[in-house]
Formats: sequence, C-alpha cells, structure tokens
Amino acid sequence: MSLKYITPAERFKKYLPKDYVELVDYGPFGKTQEEAGPGNMGQFKELVEEHPMCSGCWMAYYIRLIFASLPNPEDTVTLGTAGCGRLAISQAAVPFIYGNYGDQNAMASGLTRAFRLRFPDKTKDVITIAGDGGTMDIGFSMTMHSWIRGEKFTTIMLDNEVYGNTGGQSSGMSPQGAVLKMAPKGKDFGKMPATELARAAGCVYTVRMSPTNIKKAAKIIRRAIFVAREVGPTFIHAYTSCNIEYSIPTHEVFADAKAQEKDRFTFEEYMTDEAKEVIERVEAEEKAARMARKAQKTEAVN
Amino acid sequence: MSPNPEKKLEKTLVDINYLLKEAPREKHFITGAQAMAEAVKRASVDMAIAYPITPQSEVMHLVGDIYAQGHIKEYYRAEEELGTMSAIAGAARAGVRLFTATSGPGLLRGLEAIVSWPGHRVPAVLGILTRVINAPLSIQPDNIEMAYMMHCGAVMLHAENQQDTFDFTLAAFAIAEKVDVYIPVAVATEGFFVTHAKGYVDMTPEDMALTEFDPVAAPVPAMDNETPPARIQRDAPVQKSNFMSYLIHAVWQQEIWDSNKRAMKYIYEYLGGPIEVKNPESEVFLIASGCAAAQAREAWRYAQEAGLSVGLIKVRAIRPFPIDEIRDTVKNAKSIIVPEHNIIGWLCKEVKAAIPNGGIVTEGPRVYGGMTLPVELIMKEIHNSLGLEYDLKL
Repeated sequence: MSLKYITPAERFKKYLPKDYVELVDYGPFGKTQEEAGPGNMGQFKELVEEHPMCSGCWMAYYIRLIFASLPNPEDTVTLGTAGCGRLAISQAAVPFIYGNYGDQNAMASGLTRAFRLRFPDKTKDVITIAGDGGTMDIGFSMTMHSWIRGEKFTTIMLDNEVYGNTGGQSSGMSPQGAVLKMAPKGKDFGKMPATELARAAGCVYTVRMSPTNIKKAAKIIRRAIFVAREVGPTFIHAYTSCNIEYSIPTHEVFADAKAQEKDRFTFEEYMTDEAKEVIERVEAEEKAARMARKAQKTEAVN
Repeated sequence: MSPNPEKKLEKTLVDINYLLKEAPREKHFITGAQAMAEAVKRASVDMAIAYPITPQSEVMHLVGDIYAQGHIKEYYRAEEELGTMSAIAGAARAGVRLFTATSGPGLLRGLEAIVSWPGHRVPAVLGILTRVINAPLSIQPDNIEMAYMMHCGAVMLHAENQQDTFDFTLAAFAIAEKVDVYIPVAVATEGFFVTHAKGYVDMTPEDMALTEFDPVAAPVPAMDNETPPARIQRDAPVQKSNFMSYLIHAVWQQEIWDSNKRAMKYIYEYLGGPIEVKNPESEVFLIASGCAAAQAREAWRYAQEAGLSVGLIKVRAIRPFPIDEIRDTVKNAKSIIVPEHNIIGWLCKEVKAAIPNGGIVTEGPRVYGGMTLPVELIMKEIHNSLGLEYDLKL
C-alpha cells in the first residue's frame, strides 16, 4: 500500500492543506524520472521546496537534487543528524528520522534490517544524509561499522568542509591549513580519505564528486541506491560548499563548485563487479522502459 | 545478516495475561541471565542487538543462541553501546519488537540514545544488569547507573531474583507496547548476584509465546511508508528559538511522563502492583529494591523471629515510582530503613521525597563497589530504630 498511505480519500481532499494535495497530485510519487526527475525540476511539485538554508547554499541545491533523483520516493526513508543539512532534509516530504549526534548509520542499520524482516518482498530504500562532521567525525565509528557489516543502504556525505551549523569549527574533512574556529592556527592535518576508507570498509560503490552536473549527479544518486538494495553499502562523498564560513560570494558558489571539481573533488567512481552488474542491468531496463514509453507516445500521436 | 527464515518454530501464541497468570509452569534451576533470555525466547522478539559488557554479556550470548535456534528473527553484535541503542531506535521506526541489554559503563555510553527513546516512542525492552561505573573501575554489581536512567521517561522495573527477572522481562514487552504507554521499559537486576547465580524459576512452556508485535496498534505509526497517516517528521528536533517550539517540547515531555504514569495500571495487572508489603502495621519499615530487597527480606525474617515490629516494602517499579502506595503503607511508621547497593542512595532519596515526613528515613545501610550487603548491617539499623542494643559482628 506504499503509495496509498499518502493518498487522501477524494472527499477529504478539500479539507487538506493545499500543499499536501498538490504533492499528491503533482509530486513525484509513482512517477518516472522523465515525468518528475532532476531534468524538469521546477515543473513538478518537489519533495523539498521550503528550507531555511542560507542564500547560495550549495548543500541545499544538492539536497533538492537528491530528493528529485530518488528512484522510489514513496518507499524511501532518510536518516540524518545535527547540522545544516537536516534543516532542509527534515522539510522534505519523505520520512526523515533524526537521531542523536552522528548515529545516522547505526540507526539505518537497525531500520534496514527491520524493514527486510517486515517486508521481505518489497524494496524500502534507506539513505543516510549527513554532513562531514556527522559522518566522519562524531559518527565515524558508526559509519565505518555499518560499512564493515555490509549494511545495505546508501550513505551520502554532504561535505562542506566545516561545522556550519555550530558556527564554523574545523572538521576532519576541512582542508589542511584552513583557519577555522577551533583550528585558530590552521588545521594541522589533511582531509580524511573518506572514499578510500569507504572502500577499505567494504562499500561496493563509492563516488567522490562536486555535483555541478545535474544529470550526472542524479545518475550517481540512483546508482548508489540501486546497488545498495542488492549488493551492499554505497557511499557518495559530495562537495557542498559552505559559502558562509568560507566566504564564497553567493554569485560565485557555482564557480567554486566547478573549480573544486577540477582540483580536490575530481570525479572518482568505484564499483565492484557485482555492483557493476546491477548498474548495467538496471540502466538497461530503464532505457528499455524509456524507449517503450517513447514508442507508445509516438504511436499515440500518429 | 539475513533473516532466519529456515528456522521457523511452531509456537502457540497467547496474550500476556494468559502467559503470566494462567500458563502452566515448570520449575527450573537457572541463572538470572538464563531467566532473562528465556523470557526473551517467549516474547516473540523480532530483533535483538548485542554489545558485550560484563556482566551483561551472558544475557546477550544466550539471546544469540536462541536467535540461532530460530526464536528471534534478527540478531547482530553492534559496534558499541551508542551504536546499539541507536540501531534499536532505528529498528523501532520500522515497527518490530526489540530487545537489548547492557551494564554500568555500557549504559552510560548508550545513554544519549537511550534517553531519546521515550520521546521517540520506542517501545523496546532494555535489560540492565547492574555494574560499577565510577573509578576505580570494577565489574561488580553496584547499581548506581540506575540513578542515571531514572529521569529519561522510561519505565523501570527492578528485579529481586531470577524469578522476577523472568516475569518482569516478559511483562515489560506488554507494558512497553500498550497504546497508552508506548515508551521503553527497562528491567534491571544486579549483575553476578542475579545474572550469574542460580535460583528457582517457574517458567512457562518453551513452545508458548507472546502474541506478535503489532506495529499498527501504536500511538505513533511506524515510519514504514505503509501505515496511514503518513508519518513524515518535519523539523524533528525543537531547535528554533521561539515560544511555539519550546511549547511543543514541553507538551511532548509532559505526554512522555504521563505515559510513564499510565504504565502503573499494567504493573498492577501483570505484576500485582509496584510494591510488595509484609506486616503493614509495623513501626519500622524496610524499603528496598533488587538484591537489597532479598537481603532486607532476610533481615525482616530475623526480625519476625525476634518478635520485632518490622515491616517490609519491596519496590518493584522504580518508574513510575509508587509514591501513593509507599506513602499509604508507611503512614503510621516511626522509622524507615532503606538498604541499597550504591553510594548515593537513590532509592532513599525517592522514598524521602515520596513521604511527607522524610526525617524518619534512615540513610542506609549502603554497600557499594559491588560488595554484598550483610543482613547484620540491616539488623543493626532495625535495632537502632527501635532503641535497642545490637552487637554488630561482621
């Protein structure tokens, strides 16, 4: 009944908030990516529309993109932790579980396993979306162990290289030398090798990227989710600048993301053979379905 | 990792009233750890998450064994206690019946997650097999960690012996899942003294188990995208500096503590009440919980033999605390003695706060660091209270 749980009875519709009814009528639930995906953002009722993020927040853009890319939003649960990211994630029309500091991957472990117990024949996508502090510092042990245990869900790290929400302290993912609060003389060690750690811990699909290309970023998010369903833990390390703490003028946020893409966030994609098989199969199926729909449309026009 | 579908055991599912009160019982001579695990075996638990710490480990080893036997559907050893308790909170959102246990320092390590369980409406059962937490470190069954658990909203039961451990643990699942409660229930008992020592336990049959968890019968639906109304948590924590969010937090916490209070009627229904009273007309009362209640019971027996006017109140429920019941029982008492297995005397403080004339409460006797509580120490306090001489020979 997954989709029905949000569908109101027709006679109650007029009493429900307009926002909710629009989400049911014009949102992405039960729709394909061509109908309601990143390619036509702004033309459908998106899962996350309101958020209290700073003007020019690249993280907010990426979060919007994550929700627009979900292969199965009606059966997705997200988990997060303290930080800027959760301010937007918790505004999305997808269940969001907010636990304690940095424990998103431990919660997701329990949730994923329990879902598989209760719904052995259904796909329930579980995604943790947390910042660099939550994922690599305070939640490090829980992140690593969820990967080591082979938990089947996707971890997305919103790396803004700083503790944005607590006021700009250095994190394990801040670059070496960065002068930040609690690193008053400059951070004295380099960025933690997140994707390397993920691979060593058993992630079967990892990506490091600066998500400047919407189509590509969406493809990666979907790949990570498809692989996690069947094979094992997947990890996306995305650069989502903090334009406030790093003083990036709003109109230069995109240029900065582009620049990082050529430098510290060059695109890096890793997958195991098993993960590759899943990706090739799913993408071939999607392509076939797309072609079939196109053919059907053409036929209908003719 | 995968569920255990090959191990589907045939069981008769019965409700908690039948299981606790009517089901046939057979006497076994087992440890407290076994008693807790045997209760878990009969509770149709879906998932148990384990992390080792002495003296709790024995319980979760046995729970692992009963998982392997097919009594539980999912079990794993987590990375540490915070990960364990967080995973319980995550799994609870999927709508399954959950169990874990911990001890002393482990409880404190997991406390950040545990104290958020009531507010998140996590109806899990937590075994607390008590242990020293303060330096210098020791593995002995001091029960000071219970003091830290008392203020999070969870229901807390304190078992005196192996039999209590079995019955309380079974009842805990039913209490936690009541629609008007739906908060975690902790079952505490002393490590080693109960967990590793054997006692007689009247147990229900192994092929009889509690009716299965019903995630739909909940005041908050599971976040499984299945159960209307949609449970989409918007702006989860209250972190905005405005009056409305303070109010939301305040109201929610009130509801949690009201849920805690509402558990009392089920403590009456399943455990016969939050206290057990002997000789209600006495001048002097012993009030104790857990293992200290066993020692107090022994002192009470000595006192009966000596013809002294001594009564006994064993406290089964620490939360909700039986304020009215205790106040009513001791209304004519001249003196109250509270033997405890910890240095701060948390039960003593609770008792003092519960009665109008707290001055009649004797602080102690207390043993800590996990030492045993000699009955003679309690006898000395009884004699002091009655104005009698007592030659204390330990």
